[in-house]
Amino acid sequence: MAKITLSKLRHSYLQNPKSADDYALKEIDLDWSDGGAYALLGPSGCGKSTLLNIISGLLTPSEGQILFDDKDVTALPPDKRNIAQVFQFPVIYDTMTVYDNLAFPLRNRGVAETKVNERVAEIAAMLEVTDMLETKAAGLSPDNKQKISMGRGLVRDDVNVVMFDEPLTVIDPHLKWKLRSKLKELHQKVRATMIYVTHDQTEALTFADQVVVMQEGEIVQIGTPVELFERPAHTFVGHFIGSPGMNVLPAEIRDGGAFLQGHNVTLEGAITHQDGTPQIGVRPEFVDIGNTGLPATVRRVSDVGRHNVVEAMVGDIAIKAIVEGDAPEQGAAVHLQLRQNQTRLYRDGWIATQGSPS
Amino acid sequence: MKTENQKAWFFVLPVLLLVAFNALIPMMTVVNYSVQETFGNNVFFFEGLRWFEQLLNSERFHAALGRQFMFTGIILAIEIPLGIIIALSMPRQGFWVPVCLVLMALPMLIPWNVVGAMWNIFALPDIGLLGYLMNTTLGINYDMTQSPFAAWATIITMDVWHWTSLVVLLSYAGLVSIPDAYYQAAKIDGASPFKVFRYIQLPKMKQVLTIAILLRFMDSFNIYTEPFVLTGGGPGNSTTLLSIDLVKIALGQFDLGPAAAMSLIYFAITLLVSWLFYTLMTKDDAK
Repeated sequence: MAKITLSKLRHSYLQNPKSADDYALKEIDLDWSDGGAYALLGPSGCGKSTLLNIISGLLTPSEGQILFDDKDVTALPPDKRNIAQVFQFPVIYDTMTVYDNLAFPLRNRGVAETKVNERVAEIAAMLEVTDMLETKAAGLSPDNKQKISMGRGLVRDDVNVVMFDEPLTVIDPHLKWKLRSKLKELHQKVRATMIYVTHDQTEALTFADQVVVMQEGEIVQIGTPVELFERPAHTFVGHFIGSPGMNVLPAEIRDGGAFLQGHNVTLEGAITHQDGTPQIGVRPEFVDIGNTGLPATVRRVSDVGRHNVVEAMVGDIAIKAIVEGDAPEQGAAVHLQLRQNQTRLYRDGWIATQGSPS
Repeated sequence: MKTENQKAWFFVLPVLLLVAFNALIPMMTVVNYSVQETFGNNVFFFEGLRWFEQLLNSERFHAALGRQFMFTGIILAIEIPLGIIIALSMPRQGFWVPVCLVLMALPMLIPWNVVGAMWNIFALPDIGLLGYLMNTTLGINYDMTQSPFAAWATIITMDVWHWTSLVVLLSYAGLVSIPDAYYQAAKIDGASPFKVFRYIQLPKMKQVLTIAILLRFMDSFNIYTEPFVLTGGGPGNSTTLLSIDLVKIALGQFDLGPAAAMSLIYFAITLLVSWLFYTLMTKDDAK
């Protein structure tokens, strides 16, 4: 197990990258501490799989270094890095039994057969596949196959990091949840550094202690699930995490205050950046319907089960609010209150207000 | 109750007629001939199973059958591994992929009798490029019209040249369908190139290889044109394969009865061996 450091990492799939747009990874500086559970979250094509393949050694970065415990491994091939990776589609050696599949990485490294036996038995018990050990791996269901490919990663006790590349894509929804909690449990038992790549916020937020959000080859925010939810550093994070995502509203700045359709909006703190397109960000969870505040007309109410999502128009701007209990009728005139300590200003997408000292 | 619509038969009828005329009726004619003797003039005498008994006890048939199995065995033993090796060493992407594919497909596009004629001229000791080089430049005594060994070497080389491409193309199709993740996982698991072949590439190629082996077996077992044009079955009878012998009996000696019996036995052997191959190679999948 090891601490992983990414230093000034850039990668381009082109031979001679010219502009910043040619880079799949723009510039990544990141430390993953030993034994942490991380998620790498971002939409398809944001560079998260590229980053993963660079850490595992399947790709060599155009620029920058990867350090495992301060040792430079940038030039090392995957099998010399002691890493494990679980892929989107379960990779199984079809002609082997489950036992042989699990033993494969150990036998390739010349581990003694008694030790192999011991490790395979241990991992099989952990994954609850002991009764399948003698069956051919080809006939297993997708979730069991994915368990076996996870097992192949965990069977070595010297792994520096276990990486998961959207491992639940092909798993049935009702088994996803089971496998996800299994993973969490495994992390607590094995205490290996784990990096989980996904575009699914639920997966990322339930698995990880720290979530790294990526967009277009850049890291936009690193934080705990709560931090990402409560104080998105970028409108993208606000949008991407939460259901529905954060309201991002065009704003106007004058006299040192923010205005929305001519109404003054009190922000969480002082404005820190003076340049760039201003936008107000507030999560639907922190918009209340009351008797005073921004005058608005209800355009649509959707019942999503636990609560209602009310979409109201302030002038020609739609604001979503989450309402517990009874929601106003469609077409009703209401007043919206944005909770001050959860209302922020963003400039060119990045947060531009001082946080409240709570 | 489900209503049954008998009109559906009308859709099958044209195909049935076609198959009847190009396969069933000729086949039945052969069955008819195989139990009769004729001296021409459309006069037939019933002979029962005499031709079958005679054939199965004939040394000439045993020899031709033996040569046939030897030929098919040798070309399978060369073409299948060679095809896999070539497919493995072909590029997976980039400019050279279509170039390789077209080059590979070229031999298969040449008509069979042309292939025979080409190799015939190529191998002639006095004027052929290969024959001349072997005899004059390399000093190896090589004459397929005199030496049975040279004749065998030539028909086998010709078949390998003509048909290895088929195995290559099929294996290649199997190889490119393997997702990258398999190779990446194998790298991470520390698998050697041989293990990658044994546990990833070979299992993934198994289905196309089954088809390749079946096709090559059937085609080579029924081969006629190329060796006939190249060696005419000689020198002596050394390259008289089953089909060449069959044509000699049927059209050379005009023994229609024995030839018909031989055709049926020939057909039965091809069918039986193909079935055996197929059953053996797919028996794991059923589990």
